[in-house]
Amino acid sequence: MEELGLSLDTVWMLLAAMLVFWMQPGFALCEAGFTRGKNTVNILMKNFVDFMFGSLLFFFIGFGFMFGSDGAGFIGAPNWGDLSFYKGNLPVEGFLIFETVFCATSATIVSGAMAERTKFSMYLVYSAFISLIIYPVEGHWTWGGGWLCDSSADSWMMSVFGDTFHDFAGSAIVHSVGGVLALIGAMALGPRIGKYAKNGSSRAIPGHNLTLASLGVFILWLGWFGFNPGSQLAASGEVNRTAISHVFLTTNLAAVAGGVATMFLTWLKYGKPSLSLTLNGVLAGLVGITAGCDLVSPVGAVIIGLVCGVVLVYAIEFIDHKLHIDDPVGASSVHGVCGILGTLMTGLLSTSNGAFYGHGWGFFGAECFGILIIDIWAAACGFALFYGIKKLHGLRVESRVEEEGLDIYEHGESCYN
Amino acid sequence: MKKIEAIIRKTKFGELKEALLQSDIDWFEYHDVHGIGQSRQERIYRGVQYSTDVIERVAITIVCRDVILDPTIKVILNVAHTGQVGDGRIFVSDVIDTWSIRTGENGDTVLRDKK
Repeated sequence: MEELGLSLDTVWMLLAAMLVFWMQPGFALCEAGFTRGKNTVNILMKNFVDFMFGSLLFFFIGFGFMFGSDGAGFIGAPNWGDLSFYKGNLPVEGFLIFETVFCATSATIVSGAMAERTKFSMYLVYSAFISLIIYPVEGHWTWGGGWLCDSSADSWMMSVFGDTFHDFAGSAIVHSVGGVLALIGAMALGPRIGKYAKNGSSRAIPGHNLTLASLGVFILWLGWFGFNPGSQLAASGEVNRTAISHVFLTTNLAAVAGGVATMFLTWLKYGKPSLSLTLNGVLAGLVGITAGCDLVSPVGAVIIGLVCGVVLVYAIEFIDHKLHIDDPVGASSVHGVCGILGTLMTGLLSTSNGAFYGHGWGFFGAECFGILIIDIWAAACGFALFYGIKKLHGLRVESRVEEEGLDIYEHGESCYN
Repeated sequence: MKKIEAIIRKTKFGELKEALLQSDIDWFEYHDVHGIGQSRQERIYRGVQYSTDVIERVAITIVCRDVILDPTIKVILNVAHTGQVGDGRIFVSDVIDTWSIRTGENGDTVLRDKK
């Protein structure tokens, strides 16, 4: 019976890995739709690169960085393609695939924010770095059994906060890291030509196909049903079948609440309900619920979705109109801002240890500290990486290439013929 | 021989096509055109409001015998009319000659109108 249960758990994990893998085309279509048709080959290519580099590097080195050496220390030991060190119930090769698709998701968030003006060769350098170092290190601190999630009674987190950092499926670990890197990458690049008028006002650069973007968001939504419920890493037994069903429900409720909040807010603010923002609103709800999808109640999930959907609109406006950072697809707002927000709200709305349920502020403190440390790591790496590349080699294509399209100059192919 | 060039609303194209086929026109060309006018349309994209001055219309071109001209104009005026600003324009000009590439003939007989 136990044997059968383990097989069921493995099948569920691999099925979830397939769904998370399917988020790659979701990102690709979403980003392609939100950008102009002259750069479509380039953005699709970047999405392929993120997964190809991510899979290879995570297999050879990153997996060891993340899960090696029992979670102690700053970073695990590189595994050099050898998986034998891993001791877990589930088959290690399946587990590697499951973790690989999460790593690749974190990597692929950035390409949208840096769309339409980044040198392809320099994007490769970024993509390698996130899968090799940036993601595995903070993953080691958390899911790798490291210090942020160390629940032994004498651990630093337990003695300070009385609780450990909790990020069930990666609002902080996957999404906020991708979002913070997206923001810094877009900042290092500077805005696309024509994005800001001389007086500083923001101009619209409409994406070339909102049908593709919508399909991309629906695909991502489907992928999230693997991303969140799959992170239970088990399906057998009453506890697990209840847990994955609960996570399914909270994930979907937060998504729809996020979309509804954004739709009505844009209707109120701009006079018409905006599709281009509602698509982001659905994703905002999904990103927000990812950290606490196992701990919050269904009503709590709706609250998280609504808050993320509202904050998203103001975050996009603030980053675009005030900071003048040009993020064509809104990755920094969706994944960065809402990833942080979702992690913090888990500390408030968790039914088992959240502050709003009378369990004190210790868990909320642990969530605040954890997200702060993780995003400081991501931001520090982002600054070093993007500004380093900018200084050493140049991050951005020539203005003529940007104006005529990256597809022709960087790839020699055009998407629409 | 006359050339009629009409710029009409996209929404009226289907109706006008039927009406022209019902009348005596044997063949005409059309294409989508983008025009720039004084009127503006408000748009919103990702929270940025902007206005577009690009106006989308269909242009149709008909070459016909002089005798067909007036009835054809009437059909267009009748069908493409809504009364709102932006219904379009019709331009008429003289055509010196028409040749059939298949038969080598020229003149009015080439235009195979029904009348």
